[in-house]
Amino acid sequence: MSILLDRSSRVVVQGITGRMAQFHTKEMLDYGTQVVAGVVPGKGGETVLGVPVFDTMKQAVAATGADTSLVFVPPPFAADSIMEAADGGIRYCVCITDGIPAQDMIRVKRYMMRYPRERRMALTGPNCAGTISPGKAMLGIMPGHIYLSGPVGVVTRSGTLGYEAAQQLKDRGIGVSTSVGIGGDPINGSSFRDILERSFRDILERFEADPETQVVCMIGEIGGPQEAEAAAYIQNHMTKPVIAYIAGLTAPRGRQMGHAGAIISAFGESASEKVEILTAAGVTVAEHPSVIGETIAQVLARRAA
Amino acid sequence: MFGHKLVTHQTGPEGKGIYRVYVESAVDFGREIYLGLVLDRSSQRVMIVASSEGGMEIEEISATRPQSIVRSTVEPAVGLQQFQAREIAYALGIPAALTQAMVRTLQGCYRAFRDLDATMVEINPLVITADNRLLALDAKMTFDGNAMFRHPQIAELRDRSQEDARESRAADEGLAYIGLTGNIGCIVNGAGLAMATMDTIKLAGGEPANFLDIGGGATPERVARAFRLVMSDDNVQAILVNIFAGINRCDWVAEGVVQALTAEPVDVPVIVRLSGTNVEEGQKILARSGLPIIRANTLMEAAERAVTAWRNDRRQAAGMRAV
Repeated sequence: MSILLDRSSRVVVQGITGRMAQFHTKEMLDYGTQVVAGVVPGKGGETVLGVPVFDTMKQAVAATGADTSLVFVPPPFAADSIMEAADGGIRYCVCITDGIPAQDMIRVKRYMMRYPRERRMALTGPNCAGTISPGKAMLGIMPGHIYLSGPVGVVTRSGTLGYEAAQQLKDRGIGVSTSVGIGGDPINGSSFRDILERSFRDILERFEADPETQVVCMIGEIGGPQEAEAAAYIQNHMTKPVIAYIAGLTAPRGRQMGHAGAIISAFGESASEKVEILTAAGVTVAEHPSVIGETIAQVLARRAA
Repeated sequence: MFGHKLVTHQTGPEGKGIYRVYVESAVDFGREIYLGLVLDRSSQRVMIVASSEGGMEIEEISATRPQSIVRSTVEPAVGLQQFQAREIAYALGIPAALTQAMVRTLQGCYRAFRDLDATMVEINPLVITADNRLLALDAKMTFDGNAMFRHPQIAELRDRSQEDARESRAADEGLAYIGLTGNIGCIVNGAGLAMATMDTIKLAGGEPANFLDIGGGATPERVARAFRLVMSDDNVQAILVNIFAGINRCDWVAEGVVQALTAEPVDVPVIVRLSGTNVEEGQKILARSGLPIIRANTLMEAAERAVTAWRNDRRQAAGMRAV
């Protein structure tokens, strides 16, 4: 088991004819991911790397049985592509695109609410590296070879810090069940049960229910209420241990640190406040990024003892 | 006033130069109201925040008069409804004769927020004048940088004289750079890793000089540009390069660092930490280059070596001055 993505996932790449998309489609195919279709309006009938291209998502789903999508579409058109995936019957969508206007994402989230829960698409990203279930499938732009398969569920706002964690785990012979990038934007996709259940909290819920996942590693950063929301969920609902690292202890208030969502604008949004809130909720917080792997190894060893 | 520096808690301690002034006729007014629209990340909607205690900052209001604050979120599919605006007007105790004017003001603010891709609209104070009109005495808007492609008329309003010259030059080159007050410059790929690098420097006893995310593809040209940018800060006394090579390979990133430093040598210690694909190859290239690059395996090790190198360098410099 794993969450969101496994061997049976049938992937359609939206915007497959772009240079970046082609490069990463090849990486995903080499990893063993079933990439069954591409969608680019006006390019229906072409093939890319042997993958058939369709004009619309509905055509792609009807012809190939695709249930998962990866959005590589430029920012002005990305929101439209996500909504097309939701309407086309896709179950899980990852949006890689960085730079989508925040109000477009507000509209996307509202649009997704029109589907009843059992037909509602799960969305992670935008502005993320994607999701990987090591040894099974890769949906994104991450280097697949730094991940071993194993018991650690990873959920991260930052791409490179997720890589850092995976590499430290691999160096210790520890693997990952699924690693999910939820992205650095202020309005995240992710699936939700209602409007207030999403991102970390929602992914945490999936990890809690996944039999293969034994511990969860959560990588957060300054800005936004997500870590505090996650802390409340962990304290009240999670039985599996959670290890966290929060980036941005030295980040000044009111400045945007690279990610559109990484800005301290309210009480509880600084890294030190988040560390405090998570610690109080029983989360083991790694003091600095070099000890993420070591901290997880210790928690796993304690659990095995 | 003109040409002088204005220092408020919004400008930061260094202040901002005054090059433009807006002049309006004075008015007599009674009550002051605070009105703000923000992008609320918790509800993932636009939220209206209003208070009957205008004239002071919202942070101050929420600390001293939290009960005066009224909040209302806008359903994005249908926009702000009249009843919501009326509820806000009544909650603020706006006189009955001005209720409709308040509804129009709120709907206008929401329309501006939505149509112009704002991330904040603030009127503080919104006043009731002596002759019983509703009047905005001040207004502030911030815009979503990601949406500027569809608002060229707003992008034109950008005033570079109000920006940090180095930060805006970096942004033009596609580098996310923020100047800080420390001495150890950072060159990193990825925003999260860049913040983590700053934190680790602090933990090791130093202070970061900047935040810098050079993005995914750490090409030799980008690395060279990053070195130039970081070195343009006179406070920088050591540089820490931290690259996670995923799709790239460490050997390739190492070549980039060597090329950049060979073409334009820097006179401060350079510490390089590479991680990811082909890390051994990368280390060999750095070692073979003959350049005085200090290598490290983990981020903590890199930060410690950067702090040590910076302290030694400073001591040597002090010694030289003494001679």
